[in-house]
Amino acid sequence: MEKFTKLTGVAAPMPLVNIDTDMIIPKQFLKTIKRSGLGANLFDEMRFNLDGTEIADFVLNKPAYRRAEIIVAGENFGCGSSREHAPWALLDFGIRAVIATSFADIFYNNCFKNGILPIVMPEDVVNALMEDAQRGANARITVDLEEQTVTASDGQTYPFEVDAFKRHCMMNGLDDIGLTMEKAASIDSYEAKASTLRPWV
Amino acid sequence: MKARTLYDKIWDDHVVQQADDGTCLLYIDRHLVHEVTSPQAFEGLRMTGRKVRAPEKTIAVPDHNVPTTLDRANGGMNEESRIQVDALDTNAKDFGIHYYPVSDVRQGIVHIVGPEQGWTLPGMTVVCGDSHTATHGAFGSLAHGIGTSEVEHVLATQTLIQRKGKNMKVEITGSLLPGVTAKDITMTVIGETGTAGGTGYVIEYCGQAIRELSMEGRMTVCNMAIEGGARAGLIAPDEKTFAYCMGRPHAPKGAAWEAALTYWKTLFTDEGAHFDKVITIKGEDIAPVVTWGTSPEDVLPITGTVPAASDFTGGKVDAVQRSLDYMGLTPGMKLTDIKIDTVFIGSCTNGRIEDLRAAAAVLKGKKINDGMRAMVVPGSGLVRAQAEEEGLAQIFLDAGFEWRLAGCSMCLAMNPDQLQPGERCAATSNRNFEGRQGRGGRTHLLSPAMAAAAAITGHLTDIREMMAEAV
Ligand code: SF4
Repeated sequence: MEKFTKLTGVAAPMPLVNIDTDMIIPKQFLKTIKRSGLGANLFDEMRFNLDGTEIADFVLNKPAYRRAEIIVAGENFGCGSSREHAPWALLDFGIRAVIATSFADIFYNNCFKNGILPIVMPEDVVNALMEDAQRGANARITVDLEEQTVTASDGQTYPFEVDAFKRHCMMNGLDDIGLTMEKAASIDSYEAKASTLRPWV
Repeated sequence: MKARTLYDKIWDDHVVQQADDGTCLLYIDRHLVHEVTSPQAFEGLRMTGRKVRAPEKTIAVPDHNVPTTLDRANGGMNEESRIQVDALDTNAKDFGIHYYPVSDVRQGIVHIVGPEQGWTLPGMTVVCGDSHTATHGAFGSLAHGIGTSEVEHVLATQTLIQRKGKNMKVEITGSLLPGVTAKDITMTVIGETGTAGGTGYVIEYCGQAIRELSMEGRMTVCNMAIEGGARAGLIAPDEKTFAYCMGRPHAPKGAAWEAALTYWKTLFTDEGAHFDKVITIKGEDIAPVVTWGTSPEDVLPITGTVPAASDFTGGKVDAVQRSLDYMGLTPGMKLTDIKIDTVFIGSCTNGRIEDLRAAAAVLKGKKINDGMRAMVVPGSGLVRAQAEEEGLAQIFLDAGFEWRLAGCSMCLAMNPDQLQPGERCAATSNRNFEGRQGRGGRTHLLSPAMAAAAAITGHLTDIREMMAEAV
């Protein structure tokens, strides 16, 4: 996983609530057996007409946001399915952070496994950042995971909370599986105990 | 000892290790796998030379992509779908996990196959790279969806890194009125809490109306816990649960069964245990419901009218306007005036035998409306076989329905079963997102009986009126 420490970039405003995983990456693109290449179809049905041409007023099609690295969105971002294709598509497009008042559970977790930082902020802060983002490429927002702050283009800084373990893994690009495998002895002894308590499992 | 909820008890029994910050390594008893969210996980194992730690606890079945037309044995799968299904065939074989291939009569939607084969049992932790894993909570097991990275983590270590969620109680008191089903309960709850209302919680459904449901109905209720944002939904096991499990191929037998039963009977929420959030709904207050918008929280009783964006506040105003435009509906219009051209009965929400019975009871001796395209997609090959034996298949065929093979089908339209732009479907599945059933397709979620009623009349219909006519 790519490390994440600090990022300054353009933020795309998406002031919609309940942006679901079917919007982020429609199912016809889930037929892949790879992780890469999904960025081309990120938000496909909102971004492209049936004939493949771009829908001009969709935010990521506007010149200012074509290279956006951050999304600012309404509540409950990422609701719906567990498909990790959603963060893969965001990442492949170049998005490294999403700021919203709330996220769906599974999506939130999936982001951390892929080097995307989901940031929960109170509504007034999201509104302020949304306004900032609306100013386009002139307004670059900074996300600092080490300091746990987001800084708007006017220099105003807002703190955010993040789970310490998730932060640690992300800042160091650590692979969970490797870490857990080091605990094999504990898993062995759990299994030994469980096989006497609940042998039918 | 402190009074604990059912969720607390299952959690406590599965903690392998707890870190100082509360992060736990949680042991996973059953890992279900399907073809769409697993290929990258197996690829990860191969790249790192890792093995599946507990293949005997890992079960795979292809369901999302598979065609449901009768000719599927002779190909009929498009190239990309075939690659995914072939990859699962190969991965199941290479890693030595239990497998139900497309050719096996036991194949079906993973959340229907698990309980049917006795893989899902009370008190277990169950995960799958699929959000509707919540279904298995109907057995009093802690079941939730995970992403592909976590699939790989469970394959390699049989554990998950988790933090405990909060406890939420949803109590449905009293009894349901005639014409009201488990689907109406679960959709009414989402209408009440919103799609984010359960975020961070594990829901325990309880109360008389839940007790009175069959296991099938309980699975329908838990299935949509995720639509309410909850990590999982649970129902305490009881005699109905034990009766359902008994004799299933992978359920314990003999002395092991007795030992299991003793343990399962301890799985209930203690008197006085703490819930962080409680919702109570009277069973008698629940009506047959449908969705009108593009979020599962857009629920109304069938007697209602389409709302206006101005009826809402905050971010929902824009979202509702967008929904109404997408759905092609006008505020104030009666829900029963909404015309339907497609009916889909199936999915892990409502693709079990009882669902087919409920739909067939409405359809018996009737014909679907002219020009209607209607299909039944049983949740598994065994459900299909049973429906044929009971004569349900013939009722569907006589009414004008297509009678398909098992799979996810038009629930998410990854196979060729899709809506065309502007087509409007009454569906027994669980999601009405934009494009869910095909780009530009419009979905109204409802119960199997209500779907059958709409197939006959050609518009959304109050099943209670149809029942009154029949008397
Ligand atoms: S039936 Fe629908 S919701 Fe259920 S597993 Fe299949 S695609 Fe998912």
